[in-house]
Amino acid sequence: MESFTSLEEYQKMSLLRFTTAGSVDDGKSTLIGRMLYDTKSVFQDQYDAIKETSERRGEEGVNLALLTDGLRAEREQGITIDVAYRYFATPKRKFIIADTPGHIQYTRNMVTGASTANLALILIDARNGIVEQTRRHAFIASLLQIPHLVICINKMDLVDYSEEAYEKIKSEFRGFAAKLDVNDVEFIPVSALVGDNIVNESENMPWYKGTTLLYHLENVHIGSDHNFIDCRLPVQHVIRPYSDEYHDYRGYAGRVAGGIFKKGDKVMVLPSGFTSKIKKIDTYDGEIAEAFPPMSVTMLLEDDIDVSRGDMIVRENNVPDVEQDLEVMVCWFNDRPLQPRGKYALLHTTQDVRCIIKDIRYKVNINTLHRDEDDKFIKMNDIARIVIRTTKPLFVDSYRKNRNTGSIIFVDEATNETVGAGMIIG
Amino acid sequence: MKYHINHLRELEAESIFVLREVAAQFQKPVIMFSGGKDSIVMTHLARKAFFPAKIPFPLLHVDTGHNFPEALEYRDNLVKELGVKLIVGSVQEGIDTGLVVEETGYNASRNSLQTAVLLDTLEKHKFDAAMGGARRDEEKARAKERFFSHRDEFGQWDPKNQRPELWNLFNGKKRMGEHFRVFPISNWTELDIWQYIALEEIPLPSLYLSHKRKCFIRDGVILADSEYVNLKPDEKIEEMTVRYRTLGDMPITGAVLSDAATVQDIIMEVATTRITERGGRADDKRSETAMEDRKKAGYF
Repeated sequence: MESFTSLEEYQKMSLLRFTTAGSVDDGKSTLIGRMLYDTKSVFQDQYDAIKETSERRGEEGVNLALLTDGLRAEREQGITIDVAYRYFATPKRKFIIADTPGHIQYTRNMVTGASTANLALILIDARNGIVEQTRRHAFIASLLQIPHLVICINKMDLVDYSEEAYEKIKSEFRGFAAKLDVNDVEFIPVSALVGDNIVNESENMPWYKGTTLLYHLENVHIGSDHNFIDCRLPVQHVIRPYSDEYHDYRGYAGRVAGGIFKKGDKVMVLPSGFTSKIKKIDTYDGEIAEAFPPMSVTMLLEDDIDVSRGDMIVRENNVPDVEQDLEVMVCWFNDRPLQPRGKYALLHTTQDVRCIIKDIRYKVNINTLHRDEDDKFIKMNDIARIVIRTTKPLFVDSYRKNRNTGSIIFVDEATNETVGAGMIIG
Repeated sequence: MKYHINHLRELEAESIFVLREVAAQFQKPVIMFSGGKDSIVMTHLARKAFFPAKIPFPLLHVDTGHNFPEALEYRDNLVKELGVKLIVGSVQEGIDTGLVVEETGYNASRNSLQTAVLLDTLEKHKFDAAMGGARRDEEKARAKERFFSHRDEFGQWDPKNQRPELWNLFNGKKRMGEHFRVFPISNWTELDIWQYIALEEIPLPSLYLSHKRKCFIRDGVILADSEYVNLKPDEKIEEMTVRYRTLGDMPITGAVLSDAATVQDIIMEVATTRITERGGRADDKRSETAMEDRKKAGYF
């Protein structure tokens, strides 16, 4: 409790964003409900409300899954439609859960939730083992380069807490994951319904020597999830106060997308290529010596050069690729399929340009990871490798190197909808 | 772990990023300012985002005419200090001109009238982005809200058809007549807000701290006595020691019995309390999906 009430302790907490994925009925809502309940993140009035609903529906006990229900249609149909964000904290960390639906038609939601996550939690029903959805979720987690993966093998109570069942799924998953680009994978046998190994250690599985899910979430090392090597500051907004006190002030406001900028560093501005030195890194609370991700700062340069939104401040000896032709892995989000030769608006860092789809190289079969070079019909929830050309050069890194400078979204120019998400291949 | 910022500073950096995106992507943005702690924190973050320049947005207050006087006084002082323009959308004026019709009966409130007046004011001033201090942890429908939330020309929210929001790429593109609601503090929790208020020493309206007030109890909610309420025969006015956890309209905002006289006391109370902050809002108790319904109609 002290960590929540003492400001000093509260400021020691770090932030972990994670996404949850599972197929229908594998107990994802129950797991989240259980985590919220066992960490005492559920308020009395919320609990009373779900208790009443459980009783009205004639359910046995209080259905913790109801804690995650949101929209009317979701409650009526007993499903999750859209990404919902949930919050809880322990004395060590604050957690943001991007709770994404497991239905096949909503894969775009998992991609959305995964885009900002440090960790992905994938649920597998111990009775069913690895299913098509599991493969899809693991592939998306690797495609989106989520640094940490946790596989929760759920409903262990329904397989008599069998170590054999757990080991079988574990080895099957490892075999599949070998083909994927994932580094840190953890397996935890749980029962969300009963509460085994979620927050409290299970007495039913003495053979399991690992940690509980919550312990893992609290302790997984996230300090190196940002890129601290390649300095990138996409300029968001130019601050010009027009007041007597700050007459010549020109501050380049932005969120550091990579690297560590220091006062006095020699920098280059793209696309102009002009060089200068960092005169000052400013914030409302005063000048700071260094800026690094994910800080929002205002940078002032020694020389009076022309810098505006969409430009990028980088180190002279470490520049991103300046490119108009890009190879991209795209996940399509819209009812209207990707149009070969089609033109789209494209957002990248603080740039807003247009692009043309020049080629569709292949579509990925998410279940087999097979590349199909003949199927160029890219519809909603499909993942494909494409080639695009932009109207203006972008300042990019590969997505693997930097999620901030390697990601793009496609916008339909007729409807303004976000129709696709792209990861740049370096 | 030298290159690490704590979670409050990370939330702050995220909110500042969103506020700067609004300034860059929209022609005529506005901050919806209610005088409540969330809009106060949002306005404080806007000040940080554009320092040393002034906040490049006016503040918009939808005045139901049923406000706590303390909240209005706080609003006027803040506007003066920031040097920004204040725009007031008046529900009373809406009633007078026939835009909206006043509710009647014991549970009459002007809360639902706010939506029409808000939309009317946004339209009149041609605002294309209205920033609100809503948080996703507040309520189940809000848990599904985007940072940049697209609204059609009727100001409606279509929760099943929201734009996916990835990485930190915010799509603010829209057609003529459409606008956006933007929620820069989406990811903050109630406790984050209070800890940040303590950290930054942000002044608040006195209503948030414990005080003596003449109140009565209706449906389990402690309400302030004011000229805007009609007492039922069995309702009695009593003096109570209370404070507010949220500030809405006087006739519908529930107080809590509390001795918390400082921000630190409030933090203690929030950390141990077992009732959500909106638990005291009669407007959410109208039905299980009251917030979803109001949001679809254009409430923020």
